[in-house]
Amino acid sequence: MDDGPAQLSIEDVRHVAKLARLAVPEDRLGPMREELVAILGHIAQLQAVDTKGLEPMAHPLPMTNRLRADESRPGLSLSDALRNAPARHGDFIAVPKVLGGESS
Amino acid sequence: MNGDLVGVRDAIAQRATSAREVIDGYLARIDAANGVLNAYHEVFAEEARAAADSVDAAISRGDRLGPLAGVPIAVKDNIATKLGTTTCSSRILENYRSPFDATVIERLAAADAIVVGKTNLDEFAMGSSCERCAWGPVRNPWDPSRVPGGSSGGSAAAVAANLCAAALGSDTGGSIRQPAALCGVVGFKPTYGRVSRYGLVAFGSSLDQIGPICHSVRDAALLYEVMAGDDPRDSTCAARAVEPVSATLDETPRTFRVGIPHQYRKGNSPAVDTALERAALLLQKAGATIVDVDLPMTDLGISTYYVIAPAEASSNLARFDGIRYGHRSTAHGSQDLFDLYANSRAEGFGAEVQRRIMLGTYVLSAGYYDAYYRRALQIRRLIKQEFDTVLAQCDVILGPTSPTAAFPIGGVTDPLAMYMCDVYTVNTNIAGICGISLQAGLDHSADRPLPVGMQLQAQAFNEPMLFKIARALERASGPLDAAPPSLTTVA
Repeated sequence: MDDGPAQLSIEDVRHVAKLARLAVPEDRLGPMREELVAILGHIAQLQAVDTKGLEPMAHPLPMTNRLRADESRPGLSLSDALRNAPARHGDFIAVPKVLGGESS
Repeated sequence: MNGDLVGVRDAIAQRATSAREVIDGYLARIDAANGVLNAYHEVFAEEARAAADSVDAAISRGDRLGPLAGVPIAVKDNIATKLGTTTCSSRILENYRSPFDATVIERLAAADAIVVGKTNLDEFAMGSSCERCAWGPVRNPWDPSRVPGGSSGGSAAAVAANLCAAALGSDTGGSIRQPAALCGVVGFKPTYGRVSRYGLVAFGSSLDQIGPICHSVRDAALLYEVMAGDDPRDSTCAARAVEPVSATLDETPRTFRVGIPHQYRKGNSPAVDTALERAALLLQKAGATIVDVDLPMTDLGISTYYVIAPAEASSNLARFDGIRYGHRSTAHGSQDLFDLYANSRAEGFGAEVQRRIMLGTYVLSAGYYDAYYRRALQIRRLIKQEFDTVLAQCDVILGPTSPTAAFPIGGVTDPLAMYMCDVYTVNTNIAGICGISLQAGLDHSADRPLPVGMQLQAQAFNEPMLFKIARALERASGPLDAAPPSLTTVA
């Protein structure tokens, strides 16, 4: 299962976990790498398909952007918008300090 | 009475029974069976009784009511309801209460249907067995030691065990059709864009569709008609008018063509192969010409899907960050914003969801985007072109919904092996066409009889033809000569 493009290192897994904002414990990096390598090994069959000149198809229906009229209309009330917030400070959602910390 | 939607609706409308009696019957059966099956995460007993009482009052007054008046419907727990919680069977949304109803919920209410509760799923609709539900595995009514399929397994089990008249599921790669097949009921995935996704918690936005899981093809047609149609709140909804399907259901075309790809005949269990041959024969007797067709991309579907769906999921699930709603970590070290995100997500998401987020993030990351994501989208076009070619040669494609009947809980542990359960269903979503699964026989090779499902697929927006042929197959096939044991013990 080390064939194909799936030359995924532990360091790669750590990097992807960081991009994905997932705290993966050190002892899970190895097993997770193996699972991903197995799946990527299977997906490698796509590399054999001749895709020259094919337009990528991001969406099944041919459609263009549909915009609504630019006018104000009622939205969620403040209490509805805040009702699921895990931490509140008055009418605001409380979050850890964003600036000046060592956020990555 | 099997508790089918049409039967329940007509009995209430003709005052053979009351909506209240009907809902009380369902609630009693849920009480008796849900402890074993775990089909429902939440049941709205009080609200459902109140809604039934208002339907009865309206009937007494002679008011004009909607087409599903008093009919108890179960809703997959990834569809937003103001009532109760909307958890996606995930710890990260354990206490989430939606401030709005999904469009399909509004349309059910406008039809005077009654939402009886929320059903369990594989977390965030990622799975084919309902073993990856944060609230415990769902069990198959035909044999509680086996899976009901997934991800809409709670909805399929609830229909099969007669714990609702019909249910809503969602289908990103087979999540309506495969559990319907494994539970011996009907499951329909509409053409992409036919039913509004507003209020469906997004998994793969270019693949997801809401659809009905029902006792019969006619029930599925009626429930689909109530839900289908454009919605200004979902910009990917198709603007074209919805063609009625229930009125023309029994108008079997005098002649029609059914294609069977030879790729759909390999790797199936013997009972599934037998059911396929029987279905082909029955359709032939009903007027079909059976044609051999070629879908060489069938085997590439899973690979294509497991690039596109995780890519879209990794983006959609980025919203669950512990800030505005959902689980927020209190772990030491969560004072920093990055750690708060990473810890909240690691604590809230289960293993399969994390795996798919990792996979999706990887295939979209710098240096791999072209090799994986862009290439998968190119192959998606090939798959679509292949269906276009084949569906010019025949009206519908016939094949198994799943290569096997329901497997034992814990029987499939390898992620990749689990993905292979959906080999016949993912390409329907990749191409955006429509597909329906219906029961087509029993597998007697295990301790207990298990249902086998057959799938029909038709071109995008060709629902009228799909339903006519599905109904013809259902009529020719007749009812199964066994029922889930919990049905007989609980009824």
